Amino acid sequence: MNKVKQADLGTPAAASAATIKIEIDGLPATVKAGTSILRAARESGVDVPSLCASDSLKPFGSCRMCLVEVEGHNGYPASCTTTVEAGMKIRTQTEAIATLRRNVMELYISDHPLDCLTCSANGDCELQDVAGAVGLREVRYGFDGENHLDAETDSSNPYFSFDASKCIVCSRCVRACDEVQGTFALTIEGRGFESKVSASIGETFLDSECVSCGACVDACPTATLMEKSIIDHGQPEHSVKTTCAYCGVGCSFVAEMKGDQVVRMTPDKDGQANHGHSCVKGRFAWGYSTHRDRVMDPLIRDDINGPWRKVGWDEAIQFAAKRFKEIQKQYGRKSIGGITSSRCTNEEVFVVQKLVRAAMGNNNVDTCARVCHSPTGYGLKTTLGTSAGTQPFDSVMDADVIIVIGANPTEGHPVFASQMKRRLREGAKLIVVDPRRIGLVRSPHIKADYHLPLLPGTNVPIINALAHVVVSEGFVDEDYVRERCDTESFAAWKAMILKPENSPEEVELISGVPAADIRAAARLYGGAENGAIYYGLGVTEHSQGSTMVMGMANLAMATGNIGFSGRGINPLRGQNNVQGSCDMGSFPHELPGYRPVQDDAVRGSFEKHWGVEIDPEPGFRIPNMFDEACAGRYKGMYIQGEDLAQSDPNTLHVEAALGSMECVVVQDLFLNETAKFAHVFLPGTSFLEKDGTFINAERRINRVRPVMKARQGKDEWMITQELANALGYPMKYNNAAEIMDEIAELTPTFNNVSFEFLDRVGSVQWPCNEKAPLGTPIMHIENFVRGKGLFVETDYVPTEERTNRKFPLLLTTGRILSQYNVGAQTRRTDNMVWYNADLLEVHPSDAELRGIKEGDLVGLASRKGEITLTATITERVQPGVVYTTFHNPETGANVVTTEHSDWATDCPEYKVTAVQVAPAQHRSEWQHGFDENAKRQGKILEAT
Amino acid sequence: MTATKIYVPRETAAVSVGADDVAIEIARQAKESGARIELIRNGSWGATWLEPLVEVLVDDKRIAYGNVAAGDVADMFASGLLTDGDHERRIGPIMDIDYLINQDRWTFWRCGLIDPLSIEDFRAHKGFAALEKAFEMGADAVIEAVKTSGLRGRGGAGFPAGIKWQTVAGAEGDQKYIACNADEGDSGTFSDRILMEGDPLGLIESMLIAGFAVGASRGYIYLRSEYPLARLILSRAIDLARETGWLGENIQDSGFDFDIELHIGAGSYVCGEETAMLESLEGKAGVVRFKPPLPAISGLFGAPTVVNNVVTLASVANIINLGGEKYASFGVNRSTGTLAFQLAGNIKRGGLVEKAFGITVRELIDDWGGGTASGRPLKAVQIGGPLGAYLTADQLDTPLDYEAFTEIGAMIGHGGVVVFDDSANMAHQARFAMEFCAIESCGKCTPCRIGSTRGVEVIDRMIAGVEREQNYDLLVELCATMEDASLCAMGGMTPYPVRSVLKYFAEDFASAQGADQ
Repeated sequence: MNKVKQADLGTPAAASAATIKIEIDGLPATVKAGTSILRAARESGVDVPSLCASDSLKPFGSCRMCLVEVEGHNGYPASCTTTVEAGMKIRTQTEAIATLRRNVMELYISDHPLDCLTCSANGDCELQDVAGAVGLREVRYGFDGENHLDAETDSSNPYFSFDASKCIVCSRCVRACDEVQGTFALTIEGRGFESKVSASIGETFLDSECVSCGACVDACPTATLMEKSIIDHGQPEHSVKTTCAYCGVGCSFVAEMKGDQVVRMTPDKDGQANHGHSCVKGRFAWGYSTHRDRVMDPLIRDDINGPWRKVGWDEAIQFAAKRFKEIQKQYGRKSIGGITSSRCTNEEVFVVQKLVRAAMGNNNVDTCARVCHSPTGYGLKTTLGTSAGTQPFDSVMDADVIIVIGANPTEGHPVFASQMKRRLREGAKLIVVDPRRIGLVRSPHIKADYHLPLLPGTNVPIINALAHVVVSEGFVDEDYVRERCDTESFAAWKAMILKPENSPEEVELISGVPAADIRAAARLYGGAENGAIYYGLGVTEHSQGSTMVMGMANLAMATGNIGFSGRGINPLRGQNNVQGSCDMGSFPHELPGYRPVQDDAVRGSFEKHWGVEIDPEPGFRIPNMFDEACAGRYKGMYIQGEDLAQSDPNTLHVEAALGSMECVVVQDLFLNETAKFAHVFLPGTSFLEKDGTFINAERRINRVRPVMKARQGKDEWMITQELANALGYPMKYNNAAEIMDEIAELTPTFNNVSFEFLDRVGSVQWPCNEKAPLGTPIMHIENFVRGKGLFVETDYVPTEERTNRKFPLLLTTGRILSQYNVGAQTRRTDNMVWYNADLLEVHPSDAELRGIKEGDLVGLASRKGEITLTATITERVQPGVVYTTFHNPETGANVVTTEHSDWATDCPEYKVTAVQVAPAQHRSEWQHGFDENAKRQGKILEAT
Repeated sequence: MTATKIYVPRETAAVSVGADDVAIEIARQAKESGARIELIRNGSWGATWLEPLVEVLVDDKRIAYGNVAAGDVADMFASGLLTDGDHERRIGPIMDIDYLINQDRWTFWRCGLIDPLSIEDFRAHKGFAALEKAFEMGADAVIEAVKTSGLRGRGGAGFPAGIKWQTVAGAEGDQKYIACNADEGDSGTFSDRILMEGDPLGLIESMLIAGFAVGASRGYIYLRSEYPLARLILSRAIDLARETGWLGENIQDSGFDFDIELHIGAGSYVCGEETAMLESLEGKAGVVRFKPPLPAISGLFGAPTVVNNVVTLASVANIINLGGEKYASFGVNRSTGTLAFQLAGNIKRGGLVEKAFGITVRELIDDWGGGTASGRPLKAVQIGGPLGAYLTADQLDTPLDYEAFTEIGAMIGHGGVVVFDDSANMAHQARFAMEFCAIESCGKCTPCRIGSTRGVEVIDRMIAGVEREQNYDLLVELCATMEDASLCAMGGMTPYPVRSVLKYFAEDFASAQGADQ
């Protein structure tokens, strides 16, 4: 038996709370009403064999191995499809059943290869286990009959293979694709003996609609669908539970290990965020952690055009510290700073911001959340009192009307998207507000009730118009507003929202969305018992990002949609620990727990603990750092795991800023784009080496556990600690747990948290303290955290980025399923087979006008810069709008984007850039420069 | 002088032996001779052996002419067709034909009698009278009447229809459905087709009554694709009913809404199994579901659904017209009412015979069927379709009664009676049973999916004389596995015909074609 296999109780848990008493094999048992006999037996410790059953799937009843006898019932009911009844007397082992099971197994094996010893599932095969359990000793039919032993293997998917000769047609893969993932890519083709699993209709897995989430592979009871890593390496011998390091869903995984080698990552059924589901990235795209590009030694160089030199840790750290100190001596205390990473653990982030505040003596710390969800923090804090989403993911299962704004969950947050789709298939209504026709608008068994395809940059008018209908048509929950919200601010907001310019008819003229659709969508949401809003960077990355966040909060409060399951306002966080990195005091104006650095009491508590004086004045935000650098006043930076040069907007400006500095320290896995401007490179660790915590989009604090030692020899928090010590501020942590202890002590919302506590309870959602000892799944239940919910007026101020004759199109950017952000990880995995270059989506009419055909090379020019990339013609985008991704550094999508930003938080306006598109013959000037620099930097590396 | 009415059936079997050509020829002859006729394409009376069966209305009597060919028509006209002149095809008044008058035509009484696509004709023959009466009685009384009648499902399972209706009526759900199973796939059966082609409005009326009784506003007829003519006639009948306000919203100002959609199958036998049919209706592959939940609780699209066979439903109108007690007065024991038996295979007078339960197989075959078509001795009779047991000549006195059949390991099923003479080799028939299952299995459950294929192989080995005894034992065990472990009746009943062959005709394995003597 597989030592790391997760238990399976055969059918999903019953929803009922009532229990009933039954008798299984003569022994009394008490189970929840509505439980299947199979699950009842397994819960009671009686194993009934099965092949087609799984507790992640609805009962199916096809394998006929789990037949039992029930007193007073005829025949042999399948225990998976038969529900227990009070007083039922069940026999799971009788002579008749034994014969039946053995005879059915005999039929299975009469059409199955007998290569158990060399089979990749050997040791982890349910067919093998059940054959053993039923005592099959011979196959009287022989093996000369009709069979599928010659069926072909489909190895097209880079991560798993499909060996049809081993398939027992249990349909678990098909059902997993339907019920768990919701893609409906698999089917059973043919019927009877000819039945076979087919991806789409007769396509290879790679060419089919399969999204490679791995649910089918997980579900397969044999070696039919098998991870190639298991085929290559064999079965695991131990496992470690940890948390995925890709998006903000924060899936729990079981790292299945052979020694310190990962042989498979399987989603953890106990994971509260993912309940045993995964996507292609978390499940399969972890090979980057051992990719040959990973830097294993610290590197230093005097000049960014000079060669790197491999050095020891001490030398690198002393080199960096010396430079930082010299810079501060020459240019002042505030001339250096640091960036924390949303990809790193809370503990690693905490020590970086502590280093900046305690060792550098200023507040020049910022984080990559600046460029994604800073408006969320600002907007939700202002209106509700907490810089975070209000709900757990599971809340969506209670939602009746779901609005998705500026998010593309099936690409960006696939595991949560699967859960949302499950709820939509149950009948919840869906409103999609997005310039593009994203997957949720129409996909198998999913159809948005309304798609409001607004022009990029018109979020605020749309949310105002929705609110206008809600207010003017009587959908306001007056009691809720009176009891729980600030009524004065409500009155002012109401007056503002009722202004004629906020009517759907007026907003149609700005946004391009038909007024009738806006009205209908508003009525749908306004009339919902449980209305839930989910949003992403399509909301925040605008000049009015914060306004829009508050606009959504206003709408949710006005309709009484905060503080209950099934409702709420939910940012879909982009990165695994973007919530945590914000929580950890990564902003220049806030100490951990979002407490103002100007506040003497707050500062005092940290000063006391840290034994230093903290600068009461907020530091620079990332864009200020760049501006200051260009002005010659900001000269040194410690950058933890963020590729500013690729991910920040207006690349030319960023490159100028970085190029002007005297000490850039990059701590990362790979020599990324920013490292081309670095003087010190400190190799970091992958999530598989980290000990710590990540916090996902639902405020869930998940444990990250190392499955192997730090491959470059040093934990990341330790690197930071040594740098702090070298800068003259002593840090003396012995392990990451001690850092969390300090976080918990200093942060009221984390008071109860410790590694030991998390290891015991699994995971918790903050606030987790004396008042909420096991955490807080839903926020603002009786009162808003800030007291009364505050309505904020949200007048529309159009972005200054406008189209004109020269730049007539609007560019908006996003990402796709198989690649992750700047691609540093996913580009170093086989995910490249799905998407290996950024494409520009152009509407057919815009393409026609410009003579652009599918696959043509096109120039994409804005007021800021120009790049060349490949065009794809699609109606996913509307006329006048083009779209691309930013996964590949050689594309340089951010060469084009502007420095316009959110008025409140400086979050860049990635989502709106006026551009022109024209056929092109060759790569752009910037791209040529990039290619040459890459070549040059590459050569330097070879010289070391 | 008014036009003379001439009836030429538009029914698949009649058409297959030239009824359309006959109709065309009659029209041509009438035109040429200047005779005024009204040509009516009626349904079939079910006396298939007489098709094309032409009738001419003379002095209020419908004079029947049997086995008419197009080539006969000119001669018939010449012999005074319109004035009951004598002709070799003339049988005499239709109501004098023993084959017909000795039946108990409860459900099929309008078949052949009326123009199936004339609302007026239908109305003139009590059409929609039962529905109007149902509206007066109220839903509960309708269900009560169906319960009283003892009507059981005629698709094969024989489940009491009234209880099913009551379950659906009592089940929670805003939307309920009536799903009429017209996927008549059993070999040697055609009663559903004859009814749909001969009295489609009668079926529609009964579906309306069912919908009214259980609170369903939507009905589906799942029709097998192999019935193109029935499709044509049903579609037109549904349109007619809509045009005249008998389908749609607020039917005849009753406040009751009901509409019917005709859904065509895709050539799968197992879609006649009710749950596979529901899957197929939902647009999915025709794969069976496990039960419970019963379709009455969670059926089409998860809503409470009455799934009844065509004949079951069509029997209801007269139950309302004449009362449940009246229906229950027909038949024997718990097999009340009538069943439309279908005589096929090696039989002289094939066709449909609606008769009260209790009649013996021998009576059916001899009195109606007239013995084998070949004139050779009868060897076996398969009743209830391809999954029905083979009866021996010694078992022909078994009364047609659900329970009596269960006792001898057989089933009545949908009432198909297929006769074999002594030239048949029953080992081939046993193999056919397994082969049929292998071809038609939906493939969901293992005993049926793999078992049927292995069954063919085992029988082949028995025929070939390879370890005949061991394979005999293996086949017996396989039959037990398929019966006890299969998910639905497809795999569960395939053993019936096989076992009957093993039991009564075991010697045929040695004499089968290809057998190693």
